[in-house]
Parts: sequence; structure tokens; C-alpha cells
Amino acid sequence: MNIDARIAKDQPDNFIFSAENEKEVNRIVAKYPKGRQASAVMPLLDLAQRQHHNWIPMKAIELIAKTLDMAEIRVLEVATFYTMFNLKPVGTYFLQACTTTPCWLRGSDEIMRCVKDRYGIVSGETSNCGRFSLLEVECLGACVNAPIIQVNDDFYEDLDYATTAVLLDSLESDEPLPVGSVSGRSGSEATGGATSLAKLKPKQSGAPNA
Amino acid sequence: MLKLTVNDIEVEVEEGSTVLHACEAANVEIPRFCYHDKLSIAGNCRMCLVDMERAPKPIASCAMPAGEGMVIRTDTDRVKKAREGVMEFLLINHPLDCPICDQGGECDLQDQAMGYGLDCSRFDENKRAVENKHMGPLISTTMTRCIHCTRCVRFATEVAGVTELGAIGRGESVEITTYLEKALASELSANIIDLCPVGALTSKPYAFSARPWELNKTESIDVMDALGSNIRIDARGAQVMRVLPRLNEDINEEWISDKTRYAVDGLRRQRLDQPYIRGRDGRLAPATWDEAFKVIAAKLKRAKPSTMAALAGDQIDAEAMFALKTLFCKLGSGNLDCRQDGAKVGGPRAGYLFNSTIAGIDQADALLIIGSNPRVEAAVMNARIRRNWLATGMPVGVVGPIADLTYDATFLGDDPTVLVELLSGKHKFVGKLKKAKRPMIIVGMGALARPDGATLLGHAREIAEMYGVVSKNWNGFNVLHLAASRVAGLDIGFLPEKSGLDVDAMYKAAEADKLDLVWLLGADEADMTRLKNAFIVYQGHHGDNGAHHADVVLPGAAYTEKDGIYLNTEGRVQYANRAAFPPGQAREDWAILRAFAGVLGINIGFDSLDELREILFRAVPHFASRDIIKPAKWVKFGSRAKIKPNEITAAVGNFYMTCPISRASETMAECVRAMDIDQAKAAE
Repeated sequence: MNIDARIAKDQPDNFIFSAENEKEVNRIVAKYPKGRQASAVMPLLDLAQRQHHNWIPMKAIELIAKTLDMAEIRVLEVATFYTMFNLKPVGTYFLQACTTTPCWLRGSDEIMRCVKDRYGIVSGETSNCGRFSLLEVECLGACVNAPIIQVNDDFYEDLDYATTAVLLDSLESDEPLPVGSVSGRSGSEATGGATSLAKLKPKQSGAPNA
Repeated sequence: MLKLTVNDIEVEVEEGSTVLHACEAANVEIPRFCYHDKLSIAGNCRMCLVDMERAPKPIASCAMPAGEGMVIRTDTDRVKKAREGVMEFLLINHPLDCPICDQGGECDLQDQAMGYGLDCSRFDENKRAVENKHMGPLISTTMTRCIHCTRCVRFATEVAGVTELGAIGRGESVEITTYLEKALASELSANIIDLCPVGALTSKPYAFSARPWELNKTESIDVMDALGSNIRIDARGAQVMRVLPRLNEDINEEWISDKTRYAVDGLRRQRLDQPYIRGRDGRLAPATWDEAFKVIAAKLKRAKPSTMAALAGDQIDAEAMFALKTLFCKLGSGNLDCRQDGAKVGGPRAGYLFNSTIAGIDQADALLIIGSNPRVEAAVMNARIRRNWLATGMPVGVVGPIADLTYDATFLGDDPTVLVELLSGKHKFVGKLKKAKRPMIIVGMGALARPDGATLLGHAREIAEMYGVVSKNWNGFNVLHLAASRVAGLDIGFLPEKSGLDVDAMYKAAEADKLDLVWLLGADEADMTRLKNAFIVYQGHHGDNGAHHADVVLPGAAYTEKDGIYLNTEGRVQYANRAAFPPGQAREDWAILRAFAGVLGINIGFDSLDELREILFRAVPHFASRDIIKPAKWVKFGSRAKIKPNEITAAVGNFYMTCPISRASETMAECVRAMDIDQAKAAE
């Protein structure tokens, strides 16, 4: 995507870390040896993004550059390299749909279609209501339960058109489905239930896939 | 040493070399885009692929360390195919606009596509388009042509010391840009134009004005600062189109400053192309050479020799200064000075040379700068200091105003009495000097061009002697001049003879109405208002400060328009060559002086430049040895009077405008404007 299109036109005039996050910044920076503070750039960008409605304004980039004694352009390089950093506003629910080969083979196109049908948005866009943004991303690393969609920090797995709709319904009413596979399977076990080590009972009941 | 075999040729390379070096040692040319000798290794263009025995796939030779016994092949089918593949990928997104691209004819991509390109593209999709970026008044960008070699990013970060360029985005969407598209705030910024292997970064002032093959290329010497950077002047007909750097590892390596490169458009404006005489109405009126000479001759006949004076400017060749000195000797006047800024230099050579040589900076392990800002006074040299600082963390102390030098420096204050503290050993920085094996001192004109300059020089010498700056095999005592002509002037002795007037005495004499005539040889920085009672002859090439106050103007030649000898701040003898002819009736300076001597009926002893040089070499023999520095003997110099606590000020206020040529240059004016705008933005 064009760089200009990735950076918000309307920028806030200022950005400062909250008192709580300021402490977190100090804790993160202290983890790295003196003179190597630049290593903290990614955690700090993440922190700024979490504080600022899931996107990073340019003022935050300048603040982080100053905090870590880096050139502003170096921080911008990192922030633009990773798709996980948003440089313009996104909806309350930021949907990242994986479309890499395993997910695609298992029907990720259906997920994209479902989102498009409901909100009329494609990758990189935000719905008119402002609550949903969609981004097509590369492998999220949960191929066994493909196809997947990541909603903010959480994975929803084994989706198809109908279950995506159910998921979106639940998000609209702000009562999200339980995280994990929507098919009800535990973790990545076989769809028909465990086929080996069946005699071993899990110590705790409930799905350990959260 | 490591032994390798490249295409069955055995070569030896030093430990730490790369496979690419080994190939070069075997005289095998390796195509490359991202690799550059003076920059860190990126290894991202993949054009330099070679085959290595037992390696499953071709390796990038620029990034692969050479190993003992490696067997390298560069002539296999696989290598050729691999490079063709790389080239095809590079060309996928590269526009086919060579006919309208300024890089055409001197483009690495164009040249290498002749060897590795396919005759047609297999890519049917749309090419990527990237918006052009604003990078200031010197650099024009066409970012669609960029192949992301990152040479410019590495240059800005490593050499220029301004981390403003970067590659943002990733994969196919990588774009090279500055943060928020600011102009590059570096005096060396335009070197990225030379570094760019394609036409993504081209020269803005030179845009669409010439093709490389129509230019006459002349190897010459720069006079914008006292480094004597080696340059190539490209001219078309009578017009200098551009200036490019020439490799000289001892001076400028591969870089030149933006002023060196772009002030040349000033050669087209404000030129003096015929003699002028100031009439009764107080205006300069055009005249012929005969008329102008007659007016001066009449004035000279009435004047006593002791009331005549000559000042030499900052960009004058040695021959012209020598000719004027000879003329004044014949006239019986010893009122000569080549230090129009009033710098207290002269005397023993060790007291005014850059003794360690510029390349010697690489060996220094502590640096004390007194009254100088090398970043604006000698930008290319500053990059060398920065490189040493990057590699070794060399401590740098500065006596003078605080400035961003592109490396960390301890500012010891702008009060020169700190030198006394350093001398007494009480100052903190002394420890760093003592610890160093090869400490270095650079004394600039900020310290020397003031009334107590000789005292500061003397203190600097004593500090040098006390802390081992001068030892058996090392002389780290350096004077950084600003004027390209200064060292030659001092070596020739373009200085007041016994009981002669120096520049300050000339001012006083003129104010007391005791000076009849002043001959300004390209001297525009002198305080003309103090000379106004005297009859001023200005010989030079620009209608600048000197000509505005002159009574007679003699049009001379600029540095691109004459053969001349220049000594840089090290005392290195370099020969500049003529690239174009002076405009109109303007003549070379030595020829003007010869002709005028003829009018006076004085035998000045030469009729041609060769004859002049012969006499010059007899007087100062080391001027004959080209590219050689005659080392100076270490003796006592400077004075031991009390230092006045007046603060040291910057010798150069505005990097872009320091001489008549750069003041007449539109490009330099544009740079000043851009800098002001960015500073105003930063202040907000």
C-alpha cells in the first residue's frame, strides 16, 4: 500500500504517555543495556498504540524517538515495516483476516466476503459506523485451525461465512464469542475428538485454548 | 593474508576483505548497485552474485567475507543467469524513461542492463508508481526509478551524520524518504546524487540542462574552502555546467560539499566582463583596458611607494599573487597582505599548516578544536572526523561557540582563557589529551582572526608541546584555513615587508588619509568603508563588495577560467586547470598584471605563465612539486601575551555564502531560503 495512504491525514497536536504507561515505559527501557535503548522501540510503539485507540499518531513516533534517543525516521521505519502497527484510526474492532495459503484453501475468501457484505468494506477500510476495520494479513500462525480472523488481540478460528456472521453479531452487541475455535473443538485437536493419548484426562475441564 | 582462487587466478587479499574485493584483486569486474567502498555493506541488491565451490546457490560477493582457500567463479552460466534474474526483477518496477532521465548516459542500471538485461520484459502487469519526495533545493527526486539500494540512506546516516533519510514500508511498498519530507540538513547532501546508481536522485539545479557526452571535462581544484578538494569541472562551450568530485583519498575521498558543487551557477551572474572607471558623477562607467590602465598609472606616478598597498583575496591563484608582489616590489612598496580577515598567521610554516595532513585525522585519538566549526568551514574534512569518532569514540573538545558538528563534542566554553586552564593542567579535558597517543589540535580562524590571534596561537602551540601533540613521528598541530589562497600567499610571502603595512595598518592609514592607492586582488571580504579614502583598484571577477567601492575595476578570471597553483590548508601543492574562458574582455590575473607593468614601463620578468612559474619556482621551489606537501619544521611561534577574555565567535556564519561566487549563486540563495524555512518550522 502507498505509504501516504497508511498514515492518517488528521493528526492530534500532541501525544504523551499516561502516568501508568510512563512507568511501563521506564520498566521496558530498563530491560536493555545502556546505549541500547533503541531495542525498546517495538514495545513502546505497541504501548502507544494500545493507549491511543489502537493507532499510533506521528507525535507518538516523535515522542518515542526522543525517549529512546533515536532519529524520528528510524522509528517511522519500524512503525511502517510491521503491519501490526496502525498509523491511522481503526474501528473499535480491528479485524485481521489471514489470507495466506492454508487459510485461503480453507475458505478465507468467505470471511472477507462476509465482512464486505455486512459493512461494505475491503482490506484497509473502516465501516461507516466506525466500529469495524478490516485488514488482510499474512500468516497468523494458527494454520491448524484455519481459517482465522484476529479481532484486536484475540483469535477466532475454524470460521466460515455463517460463523463469521455470528461472530460479527456478537461483536456488534459487544458480547464477543468465547475466544478460540468456533467449532467447539479444544485447541487444535482433531475435529472428531482426540485420537491418541485418549486415556490421559485433562487435569482441568474446559478448553485450554484461550 | 588470505589466498583465494577467482576464475582459476590465485589472489591474496587482506584478512577482513570480502569476496568482492578478491574478485577485484583478480581484475574481475563485479556488477553492483548497493555496494559502495565508503559505505557500510547492505547486501540487498543481489547484483554481485558469484559462484562459490561447494555452495548450493550463488552468493552475494559484497557481503561474503573472503575465506582461506575459497574457490570463486564469476564466469559460469549460473552466475550469468542469476544476475540476469536479479536484473529482470529490478527492471520490473523501473520505468522505461531513460530518454527523459537526467541519469541517462551515466547510469549504473543502464550500463549494467547492457550486460545482464533482457531485450524485452516478461512483466505484463502495471508498474509500481511512487510519489516524488521533497528533499530540498538541490536534490530532485523521481522515486518511481528507485531500486532501494539504500546508498543514500547509508550515506546520510554514516558519512553526513544526519539521520534524516530512511526506507519506510516494506517489500514492494518500500519508499525512501525524509521524515515529513524536510530538506536534508547537511552540507554534504548532494553527494547522494552521485551515489544514486539510477535516476531517482538527480541534481535539481542541473536538471535537463545537458547530457554527459556533450560536456568537456576538466580536472581541477576547488577554491570554496581551504581543503583543495579535487573536482571535475564539466563545461559546455563557455559555460560551466556542473562540478563533480574526483577521487583523492588524501583530501576529499569521493565527496565534495554542496557549495563546491553548486556555487558555480554564480559564475554566470554579476560578472565583470570589461574594465570600469568611476567617473566624476560617482558611477562606474565602462572603459577600455588602455583607459583603465592610464588612470591607475597616473595615480601611481603621483603616489609615494609607501602609500600604496595591495590586498590579495581568498580565491586567488599563487601566480597572480606572485605577479602582484613582484610588481609592488618593483614599485618599491612593501605594503602587502593576503590576510584580509586580519588573521594573525604567518611566520614559521608549522604555525600555519595543517601539519598532520587531512588523512592524519584517521589516526588521531583525541581532538581539541579551538575557534573552528569544521562542519561549515571544511565540510568534507568534518566527515573524516566523524568517521574516526564513529569508529573509535575519539573524545572531541571544542573551545568556541556551541554547534552541531555531527559527532559528540565537549564544549569547553567560548571564553579563550580556557586555554590557560588547559595549559595549567587544571581543566577536565586535559586528562583525555594526556591519555591519547596521537592527540590533535585544530585551530581555526575563529581564534586566529582576532586582535589577540597570535596569543591564542602561541597558547595552542604550548598546549601542543605540553600534551604530546607534537612528537617524533606525529605532528597533530593543525591550522584550518578558510581561504583557498591563504597558504600559498603565506608561502610566497604576500605579507608586509619590514615596516610595511598589514591589513589593520592599511585601514588606519586610509582613515588618516595616508594611503593613496589600494590594489584589491579579488579581495571582497575586506572592510571597504575603512578604505574609502584611498583610490581603490579592484581586480577580480565579480561585481561584489570590492568592485562596488572601486575607482577602477579590472575584470579578472574566476578559478574555473585559469590555470593556477593552489596550496590547501595542509600546504599541498595542487594545479588547477582552465575549464572555460573568462567572459568578455576579462583576462587571467597574471596577464593583467603583466600588461599593466608594461604600461608603467616596468620589466616584471615574464611574458607567459610558464615564465612566471619558472620565476615562482626559483623563489619558492616547493611550488614545483605537484601534489606534494613540504613538511614544516617545528619551531616556536605565536606570542605569550595575556589572552583577552572576549568570547570566540564563529568564523563562518552562513555556510552557503562565503565568497563572491557563492554570493552570486541563485542555488546557494535557494539553500539559504530552504534552511530558513525548515528552521522556522522547527521553531514552531
